[in-house]
Amino acid sequence: MSTVFIAFQTNDDSRPIVESILADNPKAVLDEQPAMVKINAEGRLVINRKSIEERIGRHFDLQELQINLITISGHLDEDDDQFSLTWKN
Amino acid sequence: MDKQADKKKLSLKEKYAHMTRGLDWETTYQSMDKVFPQAKFEGIKIHDWDKWEDPFRLTMDSYWKYQAEKERKLYAVLDAFAQNNGHLGVTDARYINALKLFLTGISPLEYVAHRGFAAAGRNFPGVGPRVACLMQSLDEVRHSQTQIHALSNYNKHYDGFHDFKHMLERVWYLSVPKSFFDDAFSSGPFEYMIAIGFSFEYVLTNLLFVPFMSGAAYNGDMATVTFGFSAQSDEARHMTLGLECIKFMLEQDPDNLPIVQKWIDKWAWRGIRVLTLVGMMMDYMLPKRVMSWKEAWEIYFEQNGGALFGDLARYGIKVPECLTQCSIDKEHISHQAWATFYQYGGAAAFHTWMPNDEEMDWLSAKYPNTFDKYYRERFTHWRDEAEKGNRFYNNTLPMLCQVCQIPMLFTEPNDPTQICYRESEYEGEKYHTCSDGCKHIFDNEPQKYIQAWLPVHQIYQGNCFPEGTDPTVEGFNPLAKVLEWYHLEHGKDNLDFEGSRDQKNFDTWRGLATKNNT
Amino acid sequence: MQIDLRTVSIKPVRQTFDHIARRFGDKPASRYQEGTYDLQQTDIFHYRPLWEPELQLFDVRRTKVQMKDWYALKDPRQFYYGSYTIARSRQQEAAESSFEMIEERGLAELVPAKLKQTALDILVPLRHVEWGGNMGNSFISAYGYGTAITQPCLYHAMDHLAVAQYLTHIGLVLGGPEALDTAKEAWLNGALWQPLRRHVENILVVQDWFEIFVAQNLVLEGLSYPLFYDYLDADFSANDGTVISMMTRFMGEWAEETAKWVDAQIKVAAAESAENKALISGWVKQYRTPVLEALAPLAKRAFGDKAESVLTEVAEQFNVRCTKLGLVI
Repeated sequence: MSTVFIAFQTNDDSRPIVESILADNPKAVLDEQPAMVKINAEGRLVINRKSIEERIGRHFDLQELQINLITISGHLDEDDDQFSLTWKN
Repeated sequence: MDKQADKKKLSLKEKYAHMTRGLDWETTYQSMDKVFPQAKFEGIKIHDWDKWEDPFRLTMDSYWKYQAEKERKLYAVLDAFAQNNGHLGVTDARYINALKLFLTGISPLEYVAHRGFAAAGRNFPGVGPRVACLMQSLDEVRHSQTQIHALSNYNKHYDGFHDFKHMLERVWYLSVPKSFFDDAFSSGPFEYMIAIGFSFEYVLTNLLFVPFMSGAAYNGDMATVTFGFSAQSDEARHMTLGLECIKFMLEQDPDNLPIVQKWIDKWAWRGIRVLTLVGMMMDYMLPKRVMSWKEAWEIYFEQNGGALFGDLARYGIKVPECLTQCSIDKEHISHQAWATFYQYGGAAAFHTWMPNDEEMDWLSAKYPNTFDKYYRERFTHWRDEAEKGNRFYNNTLPMLCQVCQIPMLFTEPNDPTQICYRESEYEGEKYHTCSDGCKHIFDNEPQKYIQAWLPVHQIYQGNCFPEGTDPTVEGFNPLAKVLEWYHLEHGKDNLDFEGSRDQKNFDTWRGLATKNNT
Repeated sequence: MQIDLRTVSIKPVRQTFDHIARRFGDKPASRYQEGTYDLQQTDIFHYRPLWEPELQLFDVRRTKVQMKDWYALKDPRQFYYGSYTIARSRQQEAAESSFEMIEERGLAELVPAKLKQTALDILVPLRHVEWGGNMGNSFISAYGYGTAITQPCLYHAMDHLAVAQYLTHIGLVLGGPEALDTAKEAWLNGALWQPLRRHVENILVVQDWFEIFVAQNLVLEGLSYPLFYDYLDADFSANDGTVISMMTRFMGEWAEETAKWVDAQIKVAAAESAENKALISGWVKQYRTPVLEALAPLAKRAFGDKAESVLTEVAEQFNVRCTKLGLVI
């Protein structure tokens, strides 16, 4: 199975997002680099709006991810509640 | 009771469909073929544009909202950087030469990408891809301008940045990236998307951006790091567009496969050739190195690319054949390129130098199979000569490859002591290429590549002198006149870093900022 | 007390890029200047376009208009990407706030039925006209000459997309997804809309990019925007239709702002030469007639008996505007 990943700028806004991702994807692996935090996973990674909202205490639009997003790998699918990355192979 | 609350809320997908798909219609007063004249000539068959899956479903008002936030944050940093002489925070002034390569070789091409995506955004009959392409066109304006703005402060203090568009059009090594984008923009919209949207923005993007941006981070360049990270979030959208484009084309009709494969083969190779400049930058121009080109290639192409091509295999896509040679090339090209730029440093708009011992040891460690065997001795010899006052400058111009336009500096995959020459004949003329990859590209479209404006050929034809130049005059110095035509200031923009105005100024200013004046 | 903050003072070697200094002298340049002037390549190209091999990639011959310096067509708003998106983000915030309030409180229910129907019949199908505006300006941005004009035309294209989306949102608010289907059916087959649809499609096949600029940005927008977003909007506001005005606020403000930009381009291009003046004036006359003809049935639907006098006023104001720009129409 291939690795999917997502990377964010390291800052106050991305911290709860990263925490949510790690909580919701138990097999995901954190990779911290200068000014950037990367999360790798086998085959699939899921970001849940609700998990982020629980942590930040306000309504969160998943499209806000774009402000601190650096890069992704995998096929993207998004709807109102979830943002997912997958490789089908 | 509030009727609004009872109304079913539209999902993101549904809302987005109304906001984009619904806007378009099949024209009847003018034929669709007339409204979209470029949709069919490349032979790509699309049966149902509605099958296009919109990757990021961004409405225009959301685009403005999120992009404006990114811009506010970015410009706050650029302002602070300028106000606080941030340029003095870099590791050492040699690093700044990497930025010169960036501003002259990349930023004006972000602008060409903007025009190319605007064209794609007009020429595809499907609304989905049009909207995505137009947003990318807008992003590319952003990248072009934020790069210029970030590097503007460097231009004020250092040489080589001052006339970037003029140089891009003329200077010999800049025709490498320029011809790449000219090639893409001169192609039809489908090829353009495979060339730029897929090959460049998806397959190869990390090999361009990670070196430059990490290089900036490692070398204390806050302005470029900030620009880089800010731009990367746009790149995520671009990547998904590129991937969706290729999927869509392959799913629409099996007849599209051979055309798409041919384009992937061509553009992967053309892109990799352009990245030679990046490899050289990573291994030789960063005082604090991030990783070697070899390592970057292994992570970002061999591993990542493996995942991608593994995924596309289900459509019948194969990894381009020419790429197998890259696993050999990865250990050579950066050294070969730097050797070339070092000796032609008289005609480059950035400084060059030979690595010191510590840097050579790093290169030996990172390239255990090649550096000591093929390059270290030559570089040490050049360094010794420079110290004696005989800094080597080659005054005979190099032959360029007809396709990638890089000097013929690459070696045979199975023999690094042999320059690789390939030859093709077309309409009674001989044309030369640097590799099987470039020869293959030439042979597929000779009518295109014979048009190339090869900088060295043009110099020898006398087309690169300022207007009114008389080459018959006693003591005529053609190189000096070419530099004048390039707007390259001899003694300031070019030559070795040692003794340069950049070096002197940086040291003086750093001294001002850290020592007390009497 | 005066606080004198000192950072280390370093004298720069130069104040800006050479191409900027050649135009304005060696002094600090604005972000608009550095991001716009002389950015597009002009002199050397490697390959002829497969899609138009008689011309170069960027070629002045793609229009009959001629300029000594294409950068004379500068944008008075000085929009570069950063200032453009930041300006628009403020406007979208106001619009978002209005839409939220209207939706959350069900304020659309308060609009008198007649007015609601007028908005559905007139405003919602205009989203397709906007889409034509997006396509025309995308064409200019791709094939025009010089960053000074191609840059703002991309912004204009994306603004048209935004307006189309606001009109879509209005349709959803006033009548749900069915309203959009009804509007599209009217656009495709309704008698009221065929003259305008024919006209929009005719612009879609124009090949001279400056002609598109005149036809779309000056004539079509110059006549339709005052009609729908000044006159019709005034009617809405005066008759308990303020909710509709709230939802079209962006359009009215935007039209005023962009008209200043459009005017500046036309004025400079027309003043350049007698040929340009004649060319542009000719295009205005050529496109004004079918636009007024296409707007007539829509004005009738919107204004009833007042339609003719409203349209006459709009046309007169348009003519005055064009005359002020130096055109002979």
